[in-house]
Amino acid sequence: MIDVINLEKHFGDKNVLDGINVKIEKGDIMVVIGPSGSGKSTFLRCLNCMEDPTGGQIIFNGVDIADPKVDINLHRRHMGMVFQHFNLFNNKTVIENIMLAPVYVARSERRKAKHKNFWIGVANVFRKEKKEKYPIGQSVAEIKSEAREKGMKLLERIGLEDKADVYPSTLSGGQKQRVAIVRALAMDPDVILFDEPTSALDPEMVGEVLDLMKQLAKEGMTMIIVTHEMGFAREVANKVVFVDEGQILESAPPKEFFENPKHPRLKEFLSKVL
Amino acid sequence: MSGLSAKIDKFIEMFIDYKGYVKVLEGLSNTLLIAVLGLLIGIVIGTLIATVRVVPKYKRLPRVLNRFCSFYVALFRGTPVVVQLLLAYYVILPLAGGHMTGVETAIMIFGLNSGAYASEIMRGGIQSVDAGQLEAGRAVGLSFSTSMFKIVIPQAVKNILPTLGNEFIALIKDTSVVSFVGATDLYVAFNYIGSNSYEFMVPYIVMALIYVVMVLLITLMIKLMERRFAKSDRRN
Ligand SMILES: Nc1ncnc2c1ncn2[C@@H]1O[C@H](COP(=O)(O)OP(=O)(O)OP(=O)(O)O)[C@@H](O)[C@H]1O
Ligand SMILES: [Mg+2]
Repeated sequence: MIDVINLEKHFGDKNVLDGINVKIEKGDIMVVIGPSGSGKSTFLRCLNCMEDPTGGQIIFNGVDIADPKVDINLHRRHMGMVFQHFNLFNNKTVIENIMLAPVYVARSERRKAKHKNFWIGVANVFRKEKKEKYPIGQSVAEIKSEAREKGMKLLERIGLEDKADVYPSTLSGGQKQRVAIVRALAMDPDVILFDEPTSALDPEMVGEVLDLMKQLAKEGMTMIIVTHEMGFAREVANKVVFVDEGQILESAPPKEFFENPKHPRLKEFLSKVL
Repeated sequence: MSGLSAKIDKFIEMFIDYKGYVKVLEGLSNTLLIAVLGLLIGIVIGTLIATVRVVPKYKRLPRVLNRFCSFYVALFRGTPVVVQLLLAYYVILPLAGGHMTGVETAIMIFGLNSGAYASEIMRGGIQSVDAGQLEAGRAVGLSFSTSMFKIVIPQAVKNILPTLGNEFIALIKDTSVVSFVGATDLYVAFNYIGSNSYEFMVPYIVMALIYVVMVLLITLMIKLMERRFAKSDRRN
C-alpha cells in the first residue's frame, strides 16, 4: 500500500533521513523505534508530506505523493494522523472536530459537481447529443446530519458520546487522544500514522489509548506507529523497524526483533530501554 | 455660577430650538460609520495580509505578494492618517477623476489605514496559535487556506480581540480629522453650535462626554464578546 523508496530529507545541510526503504502492506502494523533525534517523527511526517521529502519516492496506492505536482490534500484524506499533543481543533466542539473534514470533503465534491454541471449545461445548448450531468447527491443538510450520525457512532465506540458538544479543553489527555483517533477514523483512512500517541499522557491514561489502538489493529487497520512502548510493539506489531541517524538499521517481526537483534546499535539501544 | 447655567441654557436653546441636534446626530452617525466600516474593511484587509505573510514562501507568487504587502503596511503606517486623507481627497481623487464625498473618502482611507495596523495585530495573533492546529487541519486533507480560515484565524481573532478593541477605540478618536475633507463629524457639529451661539464651553464638554460614553460602550461590547469567545476555554 505504501512503498517508500530511498526517502531522503535534509533540513539545510543537516541530513535527517538518509535513504529509507520500506514497504507497508494493507493490514500491516509497523512500529518504528529509535533513539531521540534519530528522525522517527521526520520519517512519519514525510509519509503524508507534512514535511516535503527532499529525495526519493513515496508510492501510496500507486501514486508517488512525494512528487510536488500531486494534489497532496486528496491523498492525505486517506491517511489519518495522530499527534503526540493531540492537536484537536480548540475552536470546535468534540463532534465538530470529528465532522469537520468529512463535511468539508463532501461539500467540496458537491460544489465541484455543480460547477461542472453548469458548464455541461452551457455546452449542451450547442450539442446535438446532450451530455449527461453529474449526480449532485445529498443536500448540505443531509451531508451534515450523516456526518454527525457517524461521528456520534464513533464517540459511542469510545464511550464519550456525552462529550459531543463540549470543547476539547474540557477533556482529559486520554480522552483527547481517543477523540483525535476517531477524528482520523471519520475519514475512513487506508492507514493511520501515530507519532508517539501516548508520550504526552499521564501514566494512568496510556492504557485507554493503547487499548483503542489494539482494537483498531484487530479490525485490520493499517497503522504506522512511532512509540517508546516496547510492550505494545511486541504485542501488536507485525513488523518493527529500528531507525538511527536517518536509516533503518533493522527491520523484523517483533519476536525476532526483540529476542534476536542483529545490529550492534539495536542491541545497545534495547539493552538501555528494556 | 449663574454664568454657567446661562451657558447651559444657551446650549440647550441652540441644541433643541435651533435644531443643533440634527447636526450632532449627523456628526455622530458619520463618526460611527467611518469608524465601524473602517474597522471592518481593516479587519478584512488585515486578515488577508496577515495570511499572505505567514504562507510558506518557497513559491514565487507568495513571495511577490509578500513584498507588496510589506510595502503597503510600511506606506500606511509610515504616514499620518491626516496626510493620507488629504492626499486622497485633494490629490489622488481629482487626478484619477473620481468623485467621492468626504465621508466616503474617509471610510476608504481609514479602512486602508487600519488594514495596515490590523495586519500586524493579526499576524501576532496567528503566530500565537499553536502550529499543531494548522498541522492537524492539513493532516485531515484541508488546504492551507481552509485550515487557516476555519481553524487558525478564529483562534487568532479570539487572542487579539482586546488589541483589536483598542484599535477600534483609537479609530473612533482619530475620525475627528475628517473635518479636513469637509465631512461633518462630532467636532464639526459642536463647533457649529459653538460658533452660532458664541459659546464653546458647554458644547465642547458635551462633545467630550459623548466620546467618553462611546468608548465605554465599546469597551463593554468587547468584554461581552470576549466572554462569548471564551466558551471554548471553560471547563464544561
Ligand atoms: N523543521 C526542522 N528544521 C531543522 N531541523 C529539524 C526540523 N525538524 C527536525 N529537525 C532535526 O531532525 C532531527 C530528527 O528529528 P525528529 O523529530 O525526526 O527525531 P525523533 O526521532 O522523532 O526524535 P524524538 O524521539 O525526540 O521525537 C533532529 O536532530 C532535529 O533537530
Ligand atoms: Mg519525534
